[in-house]
Amino acid sequence: MAGILVYVLAKDGEFNKNSLGAISEAAKLAGQLGGEASAIVVGGDFADDKLATLGAYGAAKVYKVSGPEGLAQPAVDAMAKVMTDNGLDVALFGGGLLGLEIGAGLAARIDAGVTMEATGAKADGGKIVVERPVLQDSQIVDVGFSGKAVVIGRLNSFEPNDGVGAAGAVETVDVEFNDFSLKAELVTRGEQRGEDVNIEDADILIAGGRGLGEKDKFGLCEDLAGALGGAVAATRAVVDAGWYPYAAQIGQTGKTVAPKLYLAAGISGAIQHKVGMQASENIVAINKDPNAPIFEFSDLGIVGDLHKIVPKLTEAIKAKKGA
Amino acid sequence: MKIAVLVKEVPDAAVEKRIDSGTKRLDRSGEKNLNPFDTHAIEAAMQLREGGAVQVDEIVAVTMGPESSKSALTKAVSLGADRSVQLTDDGLAGSDVNATGYALAKVLESESPDLVLLGQQSDDGECYAVGAVVADHLKMPSLTQVVKLEASGDTLTCERQAEYGYDTVKVTLPAVISVGDAINEPRYPSLKAIMGAKKKPLETKSAGDVGIDAGKVGESGSKTQVLGLNPPPQKASGELIADADDDIDGAVAKIVSWLDERKLI
Ligand SMILES: Cc1cc2nc3c(=O)[nH]c(=O)nc-3n(C[C@H](O)[C@H](O)[C@H](O)COP(=O)(O)OP(=O)(O)OC[C@H]3O[C@@H](n4cnc5c(N)ncnc54)[C@H](O)[C@@H]3O)c2cc1C
Ligand SMILES: Cc1cc2nc3c(=O)[nH]c(=O)nc-3n(C[C@H](O)[C@H](O)[C@H](O)COP(=O)(O)OP(=O)(O)OC[C@H]3O[C@@H](n4cnc5c(N)ncnc54)[C@H](O)[C@@H]3O)c2cc1C
Repeated sequence: MAGILVYVLAKDGEFNKNSLGAISEAAKLAGQLGGEASAIVVGGDFADDKLATLGAYGAAKVYKVSGPEGLAQPAVDAMAKVMTDNGLDVALFGGGLLGLEIGAGLAARIDAGVTMEATGAKADGGKIVVERPVLQDSQIVDVGFSGKAVVIGRLNSFEPNDGVGAAGAVETVDVEFNDFSLKAELVTRGEQRGEDVNIEDADILIAGGRGLGEKDKFGLCEDLAGALGGAVAATRAVVDAGWYPYAAQIGQTGKTVAPKLYLAAGISGAIQHKVGMQASENIVAINKDPNAPIFEFSDLGIVGDLHKIVPKLTEAIKAKKGA
Repeated sequence: MKIAVLVKEVPDAAVEKRIDSGTKRLDRSGEKNLNPFDTHAIEAAMQLREGGAVQVDEIVAVTMGPESSKSALTKAVSLGADRSVQLTDDGLAGSDVNATGYALAKVLESESPDLVLLGQQSDDGECYAVGAVVADHLKMPSLTQVVKLEASGDTLTCERQAEYGYDTVKVTLPAVISVGDAINEPRYPSLKAIMGAKKKPLETKSAGDVGIDAGKVGESGSKTQVLGLNPPPQKASGELIADADDDIDGAVAKIVSWLDERKLI
């Protein structure tokens, strides 16, 4: 019987939405495969009744492991043990970062196949088949597995559904961690760099990327956002560079947004950015490279130099509003 | 300390990448180059050496790939590596992530590095996963997407962005670290370095040389299979204003009316 184990990421006592979605996806898949979905939480000191709520999303069982949270390798040890002890042969992760690290390490440990960026999974003849978009989403491959499978979802691909099941049965598991798994030590977690700005409630977002060239040029985005009555967002590239606050970052390790208008200035349109904004109603992109991937999913693309276009656009919008 | 940098040969950025519908593998026929993300890993190694906080005795570039991947190694050497190792064997073709990570771990075992550096992702497969697989086989701590790396004694202090913001993690060597592309601005190789790179030692090894179990690699040893290949769902293509620089005012007027039609102003 195929059983699916879902890793549940958590921080400050709250489960990650993508992990909850992965549980619901696992429950659906386990139903097709004739097995059960279970969840595993490592660290976080959760009370059993909080863990049992994962049952609503579809986890028949919840494995509770005490150990370091927010690090991959202790979770690999824990998942490998639970899968081996309980004869589970599929592991599923929601989108993000830690899931990639744990999933890949786990695949090595239990000798499984691994696929990432999964946007869907189904059972075909009793075996799991995963859909993975590749090469900037230009093609989609169906990935199959011989033996065990580790599936890592793309951000926001699996919707949480809390009407799937009853309370999950919580089981505490003692895990003896490998020496090397304890050689990474979390000093601080989830530091918010820069101002606490709100991009999730804005109807209009002007997003700036590395193409702005320097930190000060974010002023161009701020002026345009001011004229349109919106907020300013950013890519990881510029947040990592310290040009803009982390709270304004869209994407895989940032925020998910769906404004009425998303306008990108100097953003290439990497998948990890796209997954956080593709539900926007109107997507406009200004980029000097006609081959930039962002034009593949823009409603209006402008090939040109943002430094020339954006200031004039701001003036034209001000004039229009003033008229 | 000895640093091994894992580097990969990928199709050049200018080549339109596609999967061959027959072999269900990437069409690798066009121009190739060193994976651009890996230049940040080489630069990180160089900055550790030049930073002086730790003594870096040697930087070795390591790749697994076909014969042609030698040029990726030569480029890595021109960027600062002292020598390079190529693992090449027909039996390795078609290896998935798990098989690739296993094979690379076997080559690395024969080098015993104190630090293994990788790029954040390959420009073709984009699995972001090889580092974690290598680390598990080598039984070393590991972290990916690191954008700040400081070494002191046998401890690395690493910063990276994860789901909730920035994490600071202390890692004890030996370790496997994948660096994010914001960690540094890779230098351009000097003409002298480019000329000299071909003269630096390049060692070629087969799977057997490093004790790779042939049953665990290649297409047959891989646990994932590409079963099918489909086009993405059709989406109405957007409008495009090409060559906006030639007529900025005209382009701006078009954008304004486009936004206005959709009641966004
Ligand atoms: C695990 C993981 C998680 C990640 N999470 C995120 C995430 O949450 N969010 C995110 O955004 N990214 C994320 N990334 C990074 C992502 O892969 C890209 O590297 C990043 O989004 C690129 O940012 P960018 O578009 O600003 O920069 P680039 O990709 O460098 O693009 C800059 C663009 O600007 C254009 N340009 C340059 N000059 C001009 C000009 N004068 N006028 C007009 N256009 C110009 C260029 O043509 C180019 O297309 C993640 C990556 C990984 C591996
Ligand atoms: C479109 C596409 C989709 C794929 N999907 C999957 C999949 O879902 N599952 C799967 O198991 N395999 C998949 N593969 C195969 C996979 O890409 C290869 O196994 C590849 O050798 C390793 O993964 P990567 O290049 O994506 O590495 P990544 O994990 O993205 O690379 C990270 C870093 O690892 C290092 N590195 C990677 N490969 C090598 C190498 N050969 N030599 C030296 N250093 C290296 C580099 O430093 C690189 O920056 C896919 C391949 C393609 C072309």
